[in-house]
Amino acid sequence: MATITRSTITNVLAKQGILIAFVLFIIGFGLANSRFLAVDNVLGVIRSSAILGVIALGVTFVVISGNLDLSVGSMMSFSTIVVLDLHDKLGPLMAIPAMFALTMCLGAFIGFLVGYLKLNSLIVTLGMLSAIHGLTLTWSGGKNMDIADKQGTWFGIFGRGDVLGIPVPILFFALLAIVLSILLARTPFGRKVYAVGGNGTAATFSGIPRARIVFLSYVISSFCVACAGLLQASRSLGSQNTVGQGLELEVLAAVILGGASLLGGAGTVFKTVIGVLILGFIQNGLLLVGLAFYVQYVVTWVIIILAVWLDIAAKRGRFLSPIA
Amino acid sequence: MQSEQTVRFLKKGAIWAFIVLELVFFSVAGHFLSLSEGAFMDLDNMLLLLKQSAPIGIIALGMTVIMINGNIDLSVGAIFAFSAVILLDSMTWAVFAGLGDWVIPVSWGLALLTGTILGAINGLIVWKTGVDAFIVTLGAMLGYRGLVFMYNGEQPTSELNWTLVDFAEAQFLGLHTATWFLLGCTLVLWLLMTRTVHGRNAYAIGDNREAAVNAGIRVGPHMMKNFMLIGFLSALSAVVFYSESGSVNPNDGSLYELWAITAVVLGGTKLAGGSGSVISTLGGVIAIQLLRKGLGYIGSDTETVNLVIGLILIAVLYLDRQLNRKGKEELRI
Repeated sequence: MATITRSTITNVLAKQGILIAFVLFIIGFGLANSRFLAVDNVLGVIRSSAILGVIALGVTFVVISGNLDLSVGSMMSFSTIVVLDLHDKLGPLMAIPAMFALTMCLGAFIGFLVGYLKLNSLIVTLGMLSAIHGLTLTWSGGKNMDIADKQGTWFGIFGRGDVLGIPVPILFFALLAIVLSILLARTPFGRKVYAVGGNGTAATFSGIPRARIVFLSYVISSFCVACAGLLQASRSLGSQNTVGQGLELEVLAAVILGGASLLGGAGTVFKTVIGVLILGFIQNGLLLVGLAFYVQYVVTWVIIILAVWLDIAAKRGRFLSPIA
Repeated sequence: MQSEQTVRFLKKGAIWAFIVLELVFFSVAGHFLSLSEGAFMDLDNMLLLLKQSAPIGIIALGMTVIMINGNIDLSVGAIFAFSAVILLDSMTWAVFAGLGDWVIPVSWGLALLTGTILGAINGLIVWKTGVDAFIVTLGAMLGYRGLVFMYNGEQPTSELNWTLVDFAEAQFLGLHTATWFLLGCTLVLWLLMTRTVHGRNAYAIGDNREAAVNAGIRVGPHMMKNFMLIGFLSALSAVVFYSESGSVNPNDGSLYELWAITAVVLGGTKLAGGSGSVISTLGGVIAIQLLRKGLGYIGSDTETVNLVIGLILIAVLYLDRQLNRKGKEELRI
């Protein structure tokens, strides 16, 4: 017998609050502005969120395993610059796997430091943010990187192409989200990621190889960053060295907005996608209403804090913090 | 006992030993590699180095207090920019037109007040909602940056007041104004952290919040005061820097939070809270600036600086862990 009590309502609100807020937000803006829900606008929003989104998918694994990754922005600059440079030197067919290999080496290095050497992930990835930026500048010599023959290459299809009227970045994002969602929710590996983030010591005593799980979460994160770099490079066919600067904190905002806990052990790929879309639609909605792009920063600030606050408040059963 | 003391000495003096190492290395390497005639350890060069350390340094001192307290503040760069905008813009307000040069202290006061208020907002949210400081200040980093943009659009805010520039460029007893501010802040914060109840409480809360609550420390207001302190110091950093430069872009100060945290960690303060020292942070700030200048001096480019600083940060973390493990015989899982 399922009776609807007050506690179930609170429970549902706490669990699906972000989804409900998202739906209300979409309906509200849809009523306010008829262009907001037009197909081309919706596709445009998802398309422009795709790069942030792809990275956020990977960072979700890292955050659920109880760590942070601040190096993704600088790593994306690296992969973008590398693939553009190799495009002209090796040809696009060889450049893409080479770039993936190099980027995932960086991810593996971070995973080694955080997983096997058990160093603090915040500081390690902060250091790598700086180090990878240096690596990028060394690679490019500090100059902007451009593809010589922009008309004659097929490289642009990842960022600019359409399949059946749907932009390729969206398909890319969706496909990756589905695959990673299955990996996280339906495989033993995924369960282990939650176990390690939820209680690392308990996981170790249950025979879960904690170091390897953390290591792999960073490799997955760097794989996603490489995908994002590919999309970015393919969309612009040229790039500055700082293309991903500041992205790490925006990505983290999207992941947190989706309900992943920074302490680890909580969050899903689906919720991260919602978090990414919320940020994208807020930005778009405010632009359509005629507000400047920077108003979204302030709105994002309020939304992030409210979302996390309500989440915590529902868990502890009272609104204000019990700290004296 | 002997080895324990050695370890402790190594940990405390490490940053200063590192600075000496840098000085020796760049002096010797510069002798062979540098294109410039002057020696690296030239007095003017070192004085300039201290001056250039000031903006990040003043923020990093505040960050030390916040991190000893067990929190973190990612919004300092945005607070820095917003205070700078208030500083330069308020000098042109019609209300203050009759003040002449007396507008300077008024504008300084307004800018410092702005920083303190923004810090207080962060602190109040951390206190009342119980949301982790990392998330609160991550949000504020975006939010405050948005406020900077909303204030003046995407335009830079400029106002050059020559009295102010003269003051900022002045040298007293050989040291630049900015250096005096940096050293003054270090002294005041050192006294605060080692000689006052507030300082002792900061360590206690960072070490074990539960125990601090049980000991009767009011943790919430305490943390809020620290956030006000770092807001004030971010504003002070802006005041010192923009008095001289006279123009602020809405994107100024981004990534300052990361540089400040890097300096604090190099100085040996733990992320987990409960230990650390303001003086060591000053060492961390100087070490980074020395590295930048030194690498430039021997003809490397900015890219190497980033690479080296990143790798040093990781190496420090690794060494620190190894030293701690020897000290504590921690459970190896």
